[in-house]
Amino acid sequence: MATLKGVLAPFRETTGFARWMLLIGLIIVAFFTVLAIGADWIAPYGFAQQSADGVDFPKAAPPGDGHLMGTDRLFFDVWSRVIYGARTALEVIILSVAGALSLGLVLGLVSGYVGGWLDRILVLVMDAMYAFPPLLLAIVFGFLLAERIGAGVISAALALTVVYMPQYFRVVRSSTISAREATYVEAAKALGAPRRTVIGRYVFGNVVHSVPVIGTLNAADALGTLAALGFLGLGIQPTDGAEWGFDLSRALEDVTSGIWWTGLFPGLAIVLLITGLTLVGEGLNETINPVLRKRRLRKITVEETQK
Amino acid sequence: MAAQSGSLPRYIVQRLLLIIPMVWLLLTLVFLLMRVAPGDPVTASVGGRLPPEAIEARQEALGLNDPLIQQYWDYLSGVLTGDLGKTITDNTPITDIIKENGGATLTLTVAAMLFALVIGLPLGLLAGRYRDTAADGTIRIFGIVTYAAPIFFTGILLQLLFLNVFSGWPLLGQSTPITEFTVETRTHILLLDAMLAGNSEAVVDVLKHLMLPAITLGLLICGIFIRLTRVNLLQTLQSDYVEAARARGIPERKVVRSHAFRNALVPVVTIIGLLIALLMSGAVLTEKTFAWPGLGNQLITYIEQRDYAAVQGIVTLFAIVVVVISILIDIVNALIDPRVRY
Repeated sequence: MATLKGVLAPFRETTGFARWMLLIGLIIVAFFTVLAIGADWIAPYGFAQQSADGVDFPKAAPPGDGHLMGTDRLFFDVWSRVIYGARTALEVIILSVAGALSLGLVLGLVSGYVGGWLDRILVLVMDAMYAFPPLLLAIVFGFLLAERIGAGVISAALALTVVYMPQYFRVVRSSTISAREATYVEAAKALGAPRRTVIGRYVFGNVVHSVPVIGTLNAADALGTLAALGFLGLGIQPTDGAEWGFDLSRALEDVTSGIWWTGLFPGLAIVLLITGLTLVGEGLNETINPVLRKRRLRKITVEETQK
Repeated sequence: MAAQSGSLPRYIVQRLLLIIPMVWLLLTLVFLLMRVAPGDPVTASVGGRLPPEAIEARQEALGLNDPLIQQYWDYLSGVLTGDLGKTITDNTPITDIIKENGGATLTLTVAAMLFALVIGLPLGLLAGRYRDTAADGTIRIFGIVTYAAPIFFTGILLQLLFLNVFSGWPLLGQSTPITEFTVETRTHILLLDAMLAGNSEAVVDVLKHLMLPAITLGLLICGIFIRLTRVNLLQTLQSDYVEAARARGIPERKVVRSHAFRNALVPVVTIIGLLIALLMSGAVLTEKTFAWPGLGNQLITYIEQRDYAAVQGIVTLFAIVVVVISILIDIVNALIDPRVRY
């Protein structure tokens, strides 16, 4: 209980905007998580369903009767596709962030701690990847992976993993280097702790705190890139799952005919979820980062000070 | 660690020399990526449309039958001599595509950057100056939402808006066909050509076409500027020299204006270097959304046609541009802020 209080302490000390950002962000993310998990129960129809009870859906019908958000030109129900899109989005985000994080963390720790030529080579390669426009890298990887193992959640997640890994690598490596020189690490070494313990326990413990903020901001970014891949026709195939970016690419052709519902709803879903993730990230940043943190003044009783 | 590097000329030379390994690395990355692709690129793109002998000839011409190391060497030396190869599908030199479509991309990115600077910097400073007020909240939400909105969604919304409110406003392309025909091609930058020709109608036409794509791409960058300037101003306002200025009794308004603003804007120059990559990615999507005849649009077309040679050529150019510009920005940054050099 006491430890839980300690973990939550920074949150209780937040004020105003940071607290609201974190709260609203968490609510939005929770909302989409519920949609993603419960898609089978919440969605009225399947994501690639064109008829129900033997009756074909209308083509490009505006929102209304039986179709909350209308239907698109392929007779799909837009609302159902928005819901199933949440599932695809979360699957890809979780896989890619977890992949990028673990790869970047391990490589960054080793590179920063061991140093030498291994470090130089890794830094060079990661810098080259980091300098590359992320979307272009994702396009190239998405394209190649789609040809190899087929377009789908796994190949999209792999492409995004490769794209975002260098960011974790850089952050982890630079904090590892500063932690390596710290007195407590030197002390651990002097006590004869094996290298694995030093890296695994002492360095890791002091590097990992910067990860949640990058992680959530990264998740927001990854969602945007996933949608972009879908928009360019390189993401998830429409028969494998509903993907918001892909739906928007088809909606682009609808604009001049005045059909707005096929684009508006999947687009809003993307904006909302990215905003939610960004709010969580920024909120966390202002809660954790001492430079930006503004602590709330709390009333303290005389007894408390004397404890 | 880098105690010996302190002087400005040395820093500039170091940075300029860094271009070589960075470009080499990116080129190698591009080459490896494009070559690990399975199957034969020629068959993938034009198979079935050409007789087998013609495909054979294309493969030979592209050097696909050579050993990998030979292909790698040819590719690198080609790039060095300004030869990016030819497309598989229509056998056009990539450099011609760049010449023809590069101008449109340049126009779009520069216009977007200007829009973002003009809108983003003042808003960011305003939000930082009046921290935790309603204005701050609104501006921050605006920044977060514009950054969160995918480019193509912003584009679709703007198109829908203009379709309904200003009907007749051009939604797609870089100009009307009339403009394209009447303006003589000189620089391959349509806006510039129209100005050189003194054709005011054409200039207005191009600007009208440019507005929506530039706003769309600009809004993405704008959110980043808002965030950055706001946080910078907050940190600057907490620094000792600002505190000292306050202690001397200088009115808060003046402290903010003449002491804090300028230093809060320095990191903006740094971030512009990092934004080049984002701007390039964004340009690809914007061009696709608005049928803007730039390099990004060409890239997508060639990806759809599975034209590896064209994709490789265009991606190579993007990579080189990104590296060169970010390193140049590093140098500019060192000129402005002496701390960077150390």
